[in-house]
Amino acid sequence: MLRIRTFPIVTFALFIILFPWVARIIPGIGHYPDLMIFAGIYCLMTIGLSLLMGYAGQISLGQAAFFGIGAYVSGILTATYGLNPWLGMVIGMIVAALVAVIVGVPSLKLHGHYLAMATLAFGIIVFIIFNEEVELTGGPDGMTGIPVLSLFGFAFDSLEKYYYLVWVFVFAAFIFTINLIQSRSGRALRAIHASQAASNAMGINVPRFKIMVFVYSAILAALAGSLYAHYLNFINPTTFDLFFSIKLLIMIALGGMHEIWGAIIGAFLVTFLSFEWLHFFEEFEVIVYGFILLVVTIFLPHGLVGIPHIIKDWLRR
Amino acid sequence: MEEFTFTSQLFQYLITGLTVGSIYAMVAIGFNIIYNVTEIINLAQGEFVMLGGLIMVFLHVAAGLPLLLAFPLTVILVTLVGMLLDRLAIRPIRQPSVLTLIIATIAASIIIKGIAMFIWGKDPFDLPAFSGRVPIHFMGAVIQPQYFWVGGFLVATVILLTFFFEKTITGKAMSACADNPDAASLVGINVKHMILLSFALSAAIGAVAGITVTPISLMEYDRGAMLAIKGFGAVVLGGLGSFPGAILGGLIMGTIESFGAGLVHSGYKDAFALIVLLAVLFLKPSGLLGSIEISKIKKF
Repeated sequence: MLRIRTFPIVTFALFIILFPWVARIIPGIGHYPDLMIFAGIYCLMTIGLSLLMGYAGQISLGQAAFFGIGAYVSGILTATYGLNPWLGMVIGMIVAALVAVIVGVPSLKLHGHYLAMATLAFGIIVFIIFNEEVELTGGPDGMTGIPVLSLFGFAFDSLEKYYYLVWVFVFAAFIFTINLIQSRSGRALRAIHASQAASNAMGINVPRFKIMVFVYSAILAALAGSLYAHYLNFINPTTFDLFFSIKLLIMIALGGMHEIWGAIIGAFLVTFLSFEWLHFFEEFEVIVYGFILLVVTIFLPHGLVGIPHIIKDWLRR
Repeated sequence: MEEFTFTSQLFQYLITGLTVGSIYAMVAIGFNIIYNVTEIINLAQGEFVMLGGLIMVFLHVAAGLPLLLAFPLTVILVTLVGMLLDRLAIRPIRQPSVLTLIIATIAASIIIKGIAMFIWGKDPFDLPAFSGRVPIHFMGAVIQPQYFWVGGFLVATVILLTFFFEKTITGKAMSACADNPDAASLVGINVKHMILLSFALSAAIGAVAGITVTPISLMEYDRGAMLAIKGFGAVVLGGLGSFPGAILGGLIMGTIESFGAGLVHSGYKDAFALIVLLAVLFLKPSGLLGSIEISKIKKF
């Protein structure tokens, strides 16, 4: 991802803008814009996670917890305390960032993959809290009555309005992330990706950059969670379990963790797999996900976005 | 009439905690065997325990095989699963890094879990206790005979493993791989075989843990992940790679969990072990019995 071309981004943006009209014309895909809202929400998370995995070389197995923190902070502040939803969204992101600092700083200062295990434990603890703090979260039954988002009297109350709202956020995050990668910090991240030892020697504070990326991914996940809560107007803990964190991992691995497009392709594919194409397998879809993850890890270490490179290499021979 | 005093209650928590802790200790030993040879954290470790319990239920309860036959057969079957895990998920990876290996074991663990759900469904299964369920009353606590089996198998596992690593050539070769794989292969040790053996061994230990714990706490398809993470907690608490540490860590982890659930809040039962794991990672990542120098060399 050394060069970011504008052409694919503009094409992608046009596709997203025109898609609801196209979906209305083509029979059988009328409900796809609804799925695309979820795809957009997942994209927000995978963009942050791909930065963490592809650049900082760390896995987080607790992204579902940040997603849940965003959703529950929004839900509790708006449904229970009647706070302005946008304010709730921002507070959710701040809470997620603080929690990410608390979990991330000690584990990222250690050598190796302690973040994976720390976030795994952290994710399960947060899941248990969502279930047990019944007075606050409604427990396993979840909480209802989360209001619709509105801006200056304009309510995002229809599917299409919410579709555009979510995708505005996704593009904002996308462009911000690209700029981040091409900034001074981004160069440091690329250096870390190439060699930790060398970047250390050049005076880059490696743990600090890793923490920065981790916190950024947590903020994006919380934003996604808040958008999720205000779209469904209802949340319950099962959405934020360990398997969801693993699903995010599958999205990144499938799309490709070394390019930001991989994050987006992965989020789309897994959304459509889980809402549309894997119905036949019912609850046994986990087996399919497991095989996808294993096959990609073994045969496509760079994910689907790596395929063109493989073909190019093959043709050159 | 049995008298339930506060002391006897505490004693009860201690006994239950040590029993559950023995299971965590066995999972932790399994982690360490694979970690020491390969530097892989095998997140599918808990699935071996789950498979041990469920295959035993199938052979012993459903197929009616006697205990003495079903037990070794179960261990052999789970050992095969462990070897398949290495051959199908770990060895094919062409550019192994800690990151991809962790992901591969996660993939394997959800595949195993899904297949177990396919075979056994979602209900928990019971297994008859090895020597009946007439509890022993001691100092006001109720002790199931099965508790002794769990503790006994932990001791037996430790003795056998110590003998294996200290006295046999294969065991010494495995320790050599753990020390330095390149040097080990230079002196003619087949490192790939040793990796396969490490997966086989830790699957077997996981199976034993699963078989012995099922009469106490039942077993269902989705128990693996939590067992794995708590076992890993025991590993970290004791010090990554240390066998005495794994045992100590497991027993402490079980005891903390039992006291936490009994005295603080039973709904947070699963959270206590995880909080301990986080606390150790943050405060003393080398664990109780691990050395800081070694933890700096290790890749994980």
